[in-house]
Parts: sequence; C-alpha cells; structure tokens
Amino acid sequence: MRTLLAALAAVLSLGAAPAPDGVALNALMSSTPAPTLSAYRLFTGGGVDHPNAGLTPYALNTPLFSDYAEKSRFLYLPPGTHAAWRTTGALDLPVGATLVKTFAYPADLRRPGDKLRPIETRLLIHRRSGWVALTYAWNADRTEARLKRAGARLDVSFTDAHGQTRQVDYHVPNQNQCKECHALSGRIAPIGVKGRNLNGDFPYPEGPENQLAHWTRTGMLTGAPPPGKAPRTAIWDNPAEPLDARARAYLDGNCGHCHNPRGEASNTGLFLNLEEARPAKLGLGKRPVAAGKGSGDLETDLAPGRPDASIIAYRMASTDPGVMMPELGRSLVHDEGVALVRDYIARMPTR
Amino acid sequence: MKGLLITAATIASGAVLLAGQAQAKVLTVTPGGDAQEKIQTALLDAKPGDTVMIAAGRYELTDGLSLDVAGVTVKGAGPAATILSFDGQKSSGEGFLITSNRVTVRDLGVENCKGDGIKSKGADQITFKNLRVEWTAGPNATNGAYGVYPVASTNVLIDGVVVKGASDAGIYVGQSKNIIVRNSEAQFNVAGIEIENSMNADVHDNLAIHNTGGILVFDLPNLPQMGGHSTRVFHNRVVQNDTKNFAKKGAIVGDVPTGTGIMVMANRDIHVFDNEIDRNQTAAVMVVSYTQAYDDLTYNPLPRDIVVRDNRIGKNGWAPQFPGGDVIAKAMGGTIPPVVWDGVTNFTPKGMTAPVAVHVHFTDGPVANLHFSAPGNVFSAKPQVTPTIDDGAIAEPKAVVLPKAQAAL
Repeated sequence: MRTLLAALAAVLSLGAAPAPDGVALNALMSSTPAPTLSAYRLFTGGGVDHPNAGLTPYALNTPLFSDYAEKSRFLYLPPGTHAAWRTTGALDLPVGATLVKTFAYPADLRRPGDKLRPIETRLLIHRRSGWVALTYAWNADRTEARLKRAGARLDVSFTDAHGQTRQVDYHVPNQNQCKECHALSGRIAPIGVKGRNLNGDFPYPEGPENQLAHWTRTGMLTGAPPPGKAPRTAIWDNPAEPLDARARAYLDGNCGHCHNPRGEASNTGLFLNLEEARPAKLGLGKRPVAAGKGSGDLETDLAPGRPDASIIAYRMASTDPGVMMPELGRSLVHDEGVALVRDYIARMPTR
Repeated sequence: MKGLLITAATIASGAVLLAGQAQAKVLTVTPGGDAQEKIQTALLDAKPGDTVMIAAGRYELTDGLSLDVAGVTVKGAGPAATILSFDGQKSSGEGFLITSNRVTVRDLGVENCKGDGIKSKGADQITFKNLRVEWTAGPNATNGAYGVYPVASTNVLIDGVVVKGASDAGIYVGQSKNIIVRNSEAQFNVAGIEIENSMNADVHDNLAIHNTGGILVFDLPNLPQMGGHSTRVFHNRVVQNDTKNFAKKGAIVGDVPTGTGIMVMANRDIHVFDNEIDRNQTAAVMVVSYTQAYDDLTYNPLPRDIVVRDNRIGKNGWAPQFPGGDVIAKAMGGTIPPVVWDGVTNFTPKGMTAPVAVHVHFTDGPVANLHFSAPGNVFSAKPQVTPTIDDGAIAEPKAVVLPKAQAAL
C-alpha cells in the first residue's frame, strides 16, 4: 500500500508542470539560519544570476564603498506584503522582507558586469523579533555559499580602472560586525533602503524608471510622494550635481550609519548623516575626542578650506586599522571618495 | 514497562528543558587552528549565563573580536597564560568590543592591538578584572589609544587591570556613570587613568607610574554626555610619571605636560585625598579649565567644588614641562607648589544670569593660584602662592555602589 502511494506520488509530480519553487519564507523566518544560501531559494539555477519570484533589484544613489566590489541588491517581499513610505530613515518594511546583497568582482573594473565572481551574499531578514544579519561566503567554484558567522578573510584580485592589478584582503564580517554598522539605538536596522537614497532611476528590463515610481506602480510601496517631491540623496560621482550635495551624500553613505546620534559612534559627537545641520556636529572646528593616533597630529575633524588639516580626510586616506575610517568594510583607500571629500573641504568657506 | 520508560523520558526531557534555561554552559576554546574563527564562534554561540573559557596559550588574531550577548563571562587562565595577540590585526578599531550588558572579561592578556584594547559601548554592568593589556614594544605614537575603554556605559568595574604603552589613556572611562577603578596599574601610557565626561567614579588603590600624566579627570565639550561630576580619587600611588608625552597632537592628552601627577580639567565635585604623589617633575596636582574653543554654550569649562586634602606629597614640580613653566617655577622659588590652580572663577553658562559659584578646598599646600582672568589666558596671570586655599568644607560624593552581583565578582 505504502509503496503504491509513493509510486503514485512520483508519477503525479513527474506529470506536473515544472514550476520552480518560490522563496523559502519559512527558512528565512526560522531562528536557526540555514547553513547554505541555496536553502532559501532566493535564486534559481545556482549562483546569483537568476532571482526568484518576489525579488526586485534596486540600486542606491550613493552606496557604501566596499573595496571596489560590485554590489547587486534585491528586496524580497513576501506575497501580499508591501513597504510603507518614511520620509526619514529606512522604508518601513514588513516582517519577512529580506534584503539580499551580493558582493562580486569583475575580472577587470573597466568591464564591470563581465565575468563577475560573487564573493559573499549578505542577508538582512526582518523577523518578528527584529532584523537579523547573516552572511554567506561563496565557494571557489561559485556553486554554493556557506554561512560564515565568525567572519572570514578571502584573497581577491582584480584589474582596476587604470588597468593595474589590485589585491584585496577581502574581509567577510562576523555577525556582530554586521550590527556595528547596522545598529540604531543598539538594534539591527537596514541602512541603504532609505526613500531618499532610492529616489533615482533603475535600468529595468522594460526600460529605466524611477525606483520609487516603479515600486509604487507595482504595489511594492505605499504612501510615497511623487519622486520630484520626495527627498533625494545626491549621486556622489555625478559631476553634474553640486559638490556639497555629492560630498554630504558620500559622507552619509560611508560614515553616517555609525556617525549619527543613534549609531555605533554616537559617543564621538561627530554626526555625518545627511539630516545633520549643526556645524560643530559635522566636524567644523571640532576637536577629536577618542581618536588616539587617528588624529594624525591634526587638531580638527574638519578644517574648512584645509583638507590637509582635516582629520576626516586623513582617516579616509589610511589603511592602518587603528587610524582608518570606516573601521570596517574596506582594506583599500577609495581614491575617488577621498578626492571628493578633500575637494568639498577645500572649497568650504573659511569662517 | 513501556509506560514507565515513557514517563521517565518525559521527566528527563523536562529536566533538560529546565536546565537549559537555568544552567550555564562553559564553552572552552583551546589553542591551535583558526584562533579568530574559534574564539569568535564561541562569542556568538554563548547564551546568557554562559562562560567562554579561553585556555592557556597564545592566540593570533587577524581581526577584532566582539561580544553582543548579555550575561556572558569571558575568562582566560591568567593575564600571562592566556594571550590574545593582535600583532597581525587587519581591521576593527579595537581588539575586543563588547556591546551587551552584564559581561565580565577576566584573567587574560591582550597584546598589540592596532587600535584600542578592550572596549565596551553602551553596556550596563561591565567588568574588567585581572587583565593585562599591553603594547609590548614600549611607548610609541603608533600604539593603540586606550587599553580598557568603557564608553557610554553604566556600572563599570575595572579591578586588577594592568595597562602598558597606550598612546592615549591606559585605563579610560568615557561618558559613563557609576564607576569603580581599583587595584589596577597603569605604566608607560600617556595618561595612566582617565575619567572623562563621567558621573560618580571612585578611583582608588591604583598605581600610576611612568606615564606622562598619572590620573586625569576631564570634562570636554561637544559630546553627547557632558557635565562630569562626583569623582573621588583616593589611596592611589601616583609616582614617577616621567614618560615623555608620545600622543599624537589633537588628542586632549597630547596637552598633558610630562610629569603630571593628577590633573583635574573642568568637572565639579572632584575629591583627591589620601594619595601618595611623588617624583612627578611638572606638578603633583593641577586643577585647570578647558582652554580650547568650543561652541556649546551649556558647557562649563571651569573646575569647581574641588578638594585636594591629606595626600602624601613628596618631591614634585622641579622641572615643569608646560610653556612658561620654568619662569613660573623660578617666580615661586624654584619649584612648582604641590597644587596649581588656574584660578578662573568667573563663568556664566548659557541660560544662567550669574556666574556659577566656584569653591575649592586645597589644604595640601602650598598652593599656587595663577589668577587667570579666563581659561588659558596666560598673559593675565598674577601668580600667588599661599599655604592653602580653603573656601570651607565641600561635601564629598557618596561611595560608588555597584549592583550586588557585580560587586561580588
């Protein structure tokens, strides 16, 4: 009898249309993280090239610099749910929502998107108890990514935009380190998916469209104002935008997640989030507090007109762990980012 | 029989469930293999009540370690036996970061962190006990800033901790509340022990030797927590602080003159008593205002309601290392008197109509009052030396009391 039932089931499943399974929401919501990324079925067909149903790709106007890695981002929303607009901070995302970010290197930065090798995929999962950060490192064959709770170091090399070979001692963060950046008042929270940082075009298959408009049109987002009336983070490397706006966007995206009144670096009193307007909190004329050797013999966080006298520029240009800022997430200097912030400081009117 | 077995199994599994909630585990880490992954995994796996036991041996770490689980004890086999070496550290601003409550770190050594040694941020009931944090090549500007570094924390116990070589402060407590630093030793740091922007601290029975400055109590502007007050510094040995200041400029301790015993900057209700203060070439005790520019008008840069009494003050102040110190020393008969006060009394914070009253009780004379008209206004100095300066008794802050479980550690 039992054998017969099994045989029948086999015949039935063989006969059914081969519909791919959806995202394994139960795996995402389980308090025990899956040991492999594939268990969540966020992608079909192995790797990260084919997102499953329910995943929407997105991009940020100004992202965090991560050692020149290319980052692909997806928002997964469980069936029947949507995000709600917030004017400041990250969008209000429902339980079950998952942010999926893959760090990858092309062989040659002059041909981005070509021969991309995924290095790690990070998940930020909204469980009932709050947000949880997990990171999965890809194996050498790029066939499976395994959970790395304690972090890891990986050797990566690529050819940079100037045609030179760069070596990266790539750091996969440990689970606590995810929180060091993703902390708001001591709890894990998303950083990137702020309405203002999503307020830009994305190259959808059917053509480019503003992401807020697209998400609203497809029912993913409610309550958002029209893009023209919504706040917007500048694109840091778009020379057509004002220098101040680009530099503040860069500092927001690369420093503001810790350097804000509720972040990991709240004790410094240096706040670089885009909402901050008080000059001393933005570092103008502000003396260092707990910088130690990070002061680099300089006396001011930001000295208007004098990038060489500004600790912010000094620490951005360092790779010494006891000096460099951000503390995590890079082992290389972001030359273009440093140049932007130096330019911003140099052109700032002296008081 | 079957029924009996099932009953027994039910009882047993019930007992396991109960034990799972009440009984603490010990997660032991031993040397060998990937130290980074082994220790960090234990720190992630630990549940409240557990102990992460790091066996004797040397562990080479490549990145910072961190703990975010409440109620965990991290324990070694002794400060010289369990050694966490950060010689090869490639990232993180500190060796070990704690962001959870009721954590004790004890009985281990931490060496050569690229940034700070052991930091706690926003933690309640944080205890550092019987630790050694050291930069083993001696004083150097490239050493990390702080040895042990609780910040924005409450109920802080630092007991039996030895810190050597920090390029800022060996034992540093910042923007915290309810603090005890005792039985500890700071050597060859820029600042030995520093209490900054903090409320209610008892610093006692410590040894500060061969630092640039022995013990500092500071309050700085432009920080989330300002208005430091109520610190008692007593029964410490603050001797032979003679290491040339090796801090980078910019850091506030970079301004501390080599050979400073105890320095109080801004703050209120600071009591310094029953200490041995000897062989510090700049001065035994300096009480000064914050002199740099700032734009937060609620900040009070003046030290007020300060007591210096009953200390055993030896030979100090024979070669002061602050600008103009030699001239001042000469004017005062060759040496700087045991207590030096900038004498600023006239400051009205924003929102007040009259200056905040300043009282001092300096009985370990002679006392030099520099009579500055404003913070740092050296040119207005009218130095005057008197046997004591005594505005009468100033109520002493109550002894710091920690939560019972922490106090019993």
